[in-house]
Amino acid sequence: MLSITGNVLILTILVITCLIIYKSLASLKNKKDVSILPIIYQLNLLQTTLTITTFFVLVAAFIVSDFSLITVFQNSHTSKPLIYKITGTWGNHEGSLLLWINIMVIFSFLFFVINRKNKNYQLYTLIIQNILIIGFFLFLFLNSNPFNKIFPIPKNGLGLNPILQDPALAIHPPLLYIGFVGSSIFFSAAVAALITDINSNYFARSIKPWIFISWIFQTLGIVVGSIWAYYELGWGGFWFWDPVENASLLPWFAMTALIHSILVLEKKGNLINWVILLCLLTFILSVTGTFLVRSGVLNSVHTFANDPSRGIYILSFLSLMILFSIIIFFKKSKKEKYFFNINSKETFILGNNWFMLFYLITVFVGIVYPIFTEVVADTKISVGPPFYNSVIIPVVIPFLLAMAVGPNLKWNKNEFFNIKKFLTLFLLAILVNIFLVMLFKSSSFIINLILITSLFLIFYSLTDFYNSIYKKIKFDLGRIISHLGFGLMIFFIALNSNFSYEKNFNAKVGEIKEFNIYKIKFNGLGVKEKKNYHSIAGSFSIINIKKNTLLNLDPEIRIYKNPETITYEASIKSSAFQDYYLTMSNISGSDVYNIKFQNKPFMLWIWISAIMISLGGFYNLLKKKNKKIIYEN
Amino acid sequence: MLTKKAKKRIIILGTFFLFSLVSIFFIFKSLDKNLLYFKTPTDLLKSESFVNGKEMRIGGLVKKDSIFIKGDEINFVITDLKNEILISYKGTVPSLFLEEKGVIVDGILKDKKYFIANRILAKHDENYMPPKIKEKN
Repeated sequence: MLSITGNVLILTILVITCLIIYKSLASLKNKKDVSILPIIYQLNLLQTTLTITTFFVLVAAFIVSDFSLITVFQNSHTSKPLIYKITGTWGNHEGSLLLWINIMVIFSFLFFVINRKNKNYQLYTLIIQNILIIGFFLFLFLNSNPFNKIFPIPKNGLGLNPILQDPALAIHPPLLYIGFVGSSIFFSAAVAALITDINSNYFARSIKPWIFISWIFQTLGIVVGSIWAYYELGWGGFWFWDPVENASLLPWFAMTALIHSILVLEKKGNLINWVILLCLLTFILSVTGTFLVRSGVLNSVHTFANDPSRGIYILSFLSLMILFSIIIFFKKSKKEKYFFNINSKETFILGNNWFMLFYLITVFVGIVYPIFTEVVADTKISVGPPFYNSVIIPVVIPFLLAMAVGPNLKWNKNEFFNIKKFLTLFLLAILVNIFLVMLFKSSSFIINLILITSLFLIFYSLTDFYNSIYKKIKFDLGRIISHLGFGLMIFFIALNSNFSYEKNFNAKVGEIKEFNIYKIKFNGLGVKEKKNYHSIAGSFSIINIKKNTLLNLDPEIRIYKNPETITYEASIKSSAFQDYYLTMSNISGSDVYNIKFQNKPFMLWIWISAIMISLGGFYNLLKKKNKKIIYEN
Repeated sequence: MLTKKAKKRIIILGTFFLFSLVSIFFIFKSLDKNLLYFKTPTDLLKSESFVNGKEMRIGGLVKKDSIFIKGDEINFVITDLKNEILISYKGTVPSLFLEEKGVIVDGILKDKKYFIANRILAKHDENYMPPKIKEKN
């Protein structure tokens, strides 16, 4: 029943989408009429409503556990809590693709309704976006149809992978998708801008909010994924430079470059070609990321359901997209004149773009190189954290400095920045760094530099903040929040990675172990029964000998019923200054348990500062809505 | 003669290119230094360029009855059904770490028969097998 409904809906939407393109083309031919036919609005509204309906039909199928659908059968189970039945909808390839299309359609509709000033631009954006929508709908319908039936109908489903039954992972895909897929709208708009030769200022203003929305959600999506990995995967880290994690960074770098250079375009009318290229690049990289993750060409510790046929479809679609956008770009882009003074804000924004592209290329090379060597030389290699650490960390140092100084410069003016402020704050940063190094009794040259420059950025942003509040100098508060957040994030990551303590050991019940300043006692084991799993919970006492504090941690070994899987749940005690992290595992029921104990300073602050980065964008977005655009200086 | 503006532009473009070239050189140089090779025990035996203390990844199956816990260490043998290597590890193992199941370890090679693992990786997918072994079966 639901299968037929779903398939009929998909086919109807496909027809409507074709109609939208047809009507738009017809409307474009009629050059005298500057208004847009109401039928196009109506079709758009219908398309959006039906697409959302299709999504809810699938959600309904998951809620009522309709196992006649393969997707539901493979990813759900009647005994699952209701919330995870719902989130299971996008916890699989087919459902998440439907979510992807939903975002494309909703963004298409909103963009169309909001930007009404230029008919040609509006219609071309709509056409390009709908061509993309058709591409993904065909992929959904032909290759990854969530409404495919299974016969005979199974009594129960296979269940959702337990590590996905988690609140953070329930919201991680939608957040990330709004970022990834949201970029489709400025891809379409950029192509439309090339075709219609639109006023660059209008183009900038029309896509700016969409860039902000995508960027905010993508940032949040990455952070939430990272938090999930930290507490769920049990190794105590939050970023492993794994190819799948890195794939999400590629569009983020491009989008971050874009969010900066769009300011130059909006304010000065410069860089139109560069902005268009970045718009194209962002969505292309989003699709590339999806291709790499879903096709199984990557060797990753995270596994998605892989299927080479999906890979081939996405790859051909991707190639077409790249080819098409390159052709349009070279045929239609105009020559532009640049007026730059070296010591102006524009130069620093270009500097930011240079850094972003540097990171992008580094990460891209890191992802692709193993595929390359496997095909060419048949050697399997993996590019791990050492590569990224040695390439990216040194470059972060000048980046942080530029990030502090750049925003304080004036547009288009050749004026030296405030050297007195620079030196005072730099000195202050060095002093605080010396204090920190003495406190933690450890130091390496590169960590010192990172700490100094990140502190410098923090102080610089704080003085900007002070000036904007008390001296009423007009600053872009959103920028200050984001830059401050970034400075804090690097600062806390540096402290965290340098001053974490980790100890691995084996223990039996009742044993006491002593390391460093800790005494760890394995008190006992208990059994817990829950709806869809039972667990063995260990009870540990951590005694800090130096401070004489006691802490109890109780990690679990969970045995899920459907599908039958064992997971190890870390026990984490977070506080303002540090996290205590303990995981235990067991090999084939022996009485010895393998234990990993970690003390990680400032974990909470890493999350807070990372969220702050996206909050800055959010602040700017809301401010834009109030039509009060305040520019620095 | 070049105008002042043109000169400035050349300087900016020149620096930009120089910067990019240097950084790309830098990227590839670090890539060369920091590659992690993925090997099976047989690859290790065959390879002539053996370096003690080299960081790499080793994949294969955990040999039956080979897991042995001693003190804080967990010892086990990885086999690719032709050759074997002894692994020593401290810490928690992933939930899919079982006898006769696929495993990948990250760590340092001590000699061709002995490896100290820093990390045991397991795919979330329970049907996972390191590709090389699958091909051989």
